[in-house]
Amino acid sequence: MDAIFIQILNGLDKGAAYALIALGLTLVFGTLGIVNFAHGALFMLGAFCAVTFQKLVTISVKVRDEGVTAFVAYKEQPYLETWFGDTGRIIIDYSVPLSILLAIPFMLLVGYVMERGLIKHFYKRPHAEQILVTFGLAIVIQEIIKAYFGANPIPQPAPEILAGSANVGAWVGLGNNLVYPWWRLIYLCFSGLIIFSVFAFLQFTTYGMVVRAGMRDRETVGLLGINIERRFTIVFAIAAVVAGVAGVMYTPILPPDYHLGMDFLVLSFVVVVVGGMGSLGGAVLAGFLLGIVQSFASMNEVKEIFPGIDQIILYLVAVVILLVLPRGLMGRAGVMDD
Amino acid sequence: MTNTKKPLLNDAFVVIIFAAAILAMPIWLDPIGGNYPDLLQKFAIYGIFAIGFNILFGLTGYLSFGHAAFLGVGSYAAVWSFKLLTMNVLPAVVFGVLFAGILAAIIGFLSLRRTGIYFSILTLAFAQMSYNLAYSVLTPITNGETGLQLARSDPRILDSLFSDGSVGAGLPSTDLFGETMSGYPGFYFCAVLLIICFYISLRIFRSPFGLMLKGIKSNQNRMKYTGLNTRPYMLTAFIISGMYAGLAGSLLAVTDPLAGAERMQWTASGEVVLMTILGGAGTLVGPMLGAGLIKYFENIFSSFDDNVLTQAFSFLPDSVVEFVVPVVGLFVGSGWHLTLGLLFMIIVIFLPGGLVEGFRRIVNYFRSGGKTKPQSVEAHNQAGE
Repeated sequence: MDAIFIQILNGLDKGAAYALIALGLTLVFGTLGIVNFAHGALFMLGAFCAVTFQKLVTISVKVRDEGVTAFVAYKEQPYLETWFGDTGRIIIDYSVPLSILLAIPFMLLVGYVMERGLIKHFYKRPHAEQILVTFGLAIVIQEIIKAYFGANPIPQPAPEILAGSANVGAWVGLGNNLVYPWWRLIYLCFSGLIIFSVFAFLQFTTYGMVVRAGMRDRETVGLLGINIERRFTIVFAIAAVVAGVAGVMYTPILPPDYHLGMDFLVLSFVVVVVGGMGSLGGAVLAGFLLGIVQSFASMNEVKEIFPGIDQIILYLVAVVILLVLPRGLMGRAGVMDD
Repeated sequence: MTNTKKPLLNDAFVVIIFAAAILAMPIWLDPIGGNYPDLLQKFAIYGIFAIGFNILFGLTGYLSFGHAAFLGVGSYAAVWSFKLLTMNVLPAVVFGVLFAGILAAIIGFLSLRRTGIYFSILTLAFAQMSYNLAYSVLTPITNGETGLQLARSDPRILDSLFSDGSVGAGLPSTDLFGETMSGYPGFYFCAVLLIICFYISLRIFRSPFGLMLKGIKSNQNRMKYTGLNTRPYMLTAFIISGMYAGLAGSLLAVTDPLAGAERMQWTASGEVVLMTILGGAGTLVGPMLGAGLIKYFENIFSSFDDNVLTQAFSFLPDSVVEFVVPVVGLFVGSGWHLTLGLLFMIIVIFLPGGLVEGFRRIVNYFRSGGKTKPQSVEAHNQAGE
């Protein structure tokens, strides 16, 4: 029971990342009809927002180290600490969550520019060409990041207070040996919040209603005198923000490097396809489900029976689902049916 | 492209010119610094890979993102043939093609049940499965991260039958009946195979089978309504294309007898897509052109560093050089992929037909006496689709 519970928890945090990326991916597909291979790169850009923010707040000055009395020693002290004392120290400690404040406007801008500058010219082009051009863009983005930040992963510490593990077992009455890192728990709640707000935005606002109508029948909405393209641009920017903040919050779990986006891209496409192209609920469901399936497959007991299953399980599930249920778990009829 | 349009050149001429151009590569690539045996071998090998990919993508429009798996399997099969049977390259090539063909048959049989992006995702999933398995469980066969290498203690059954069993110092090298397959002989071996592959691909393009594939590309439903079962045709194209990739993989092992799992990664599949699109998907020489260009620039650009750049720009004033060198340096050396990505985007955006399409437009422009004829281009595009 303990083992199963912990595997579900382990699967959930990875699944949360999959779900967030897949949500943006399928949102873009459902509205704009674009297969965006650069979406993983947006996730990676978000992660590097956190890196940049952390670099900014820790710009340091050399000061005399008072702790060493035997000789004249110097240490690096961030300006923020010099100026604001403890407040500065807290800002540095909380740099990862705070960098969301940087990531949101930045990703909005990136999404807007990307859609207006490139994607909008590809609405009418075949899917193959959309894949190719966004794949090219993903290469460009990741090479730029590599040029500025180097090829090595850059670890981002979570705030100190959240560094340890939560005693989850005690909460649900399963004993004390069931612990789970705080930050992953935060990530889980955070992704739940993001997913909820995206759904609420689409479901409960007029703006979202128009977007949903546009997803169903773009032409009719256009005939009603609504500038649907403009709204879809915003939707693209929102998808970029979702990917970006997902990337920001993931940095303490996995130190970002330049090909982080490519690693997640393939998996999130698998997630989207399993969930059903263009189905938002399907993407979220499939994200969490595949995360859990993957974490169960990496249990030693399972690996003994099927060696290597943990390496291929996601692809295996995707292949089976695609062959048995061509529309994925929750795909609507008429979307990419050909 | 079409039967109604009279081809620019006779097919026999095309093959002869192609063969002459390939075999003379050491001569005409010399002035532009491309005359290294290693590089020439890569031209030929990736040319085969791209030509094979083009048979699937160019003719049928099915975008496979998993061709690297066949390349990897070809490499592994070839190295095992070196280890177990003989250092002669012919069995290695045969086994490489054979195993890649079998894998392609399995993957194709399953993947071709879906079209469009679903097909791309399925092939991608299969390729990633092969890659992950090669890294983990199949380590006894693939030697995991280290990669499969030759060893002096390998059995080499056939070789030991015909020789006295004395092993020379160091590792044996691959050979074709006594001729060592490294350097220029290796290139010529690959080049001959490339020319044969080109000829086969040309025959496929001209054959009823090729026409059928083009029909599937332009409208699969209509082909089905005429009572035709398109699946066997698709599967044949997929297997042929996989065998080309297997051949390319085994040749990689022939020229450098080791095989690593990274050859199967999906970015490697992406590379062959880039080559084909860059040159021109669906054209005969386009893929070869794209493969050559990418490998050439990869070689040239990645050898540039700041010192070379400073020398190259030394005619400029110092202050300008200080500014120019870091900017250009972003695009060359280790950042060469940035150039590749940008180039690729530009091609897809402005010239979806690839470089061959570009040449054709230029030729049309001059033929019509400087006046562009939009109708003819449009008509051509329709025919090409």
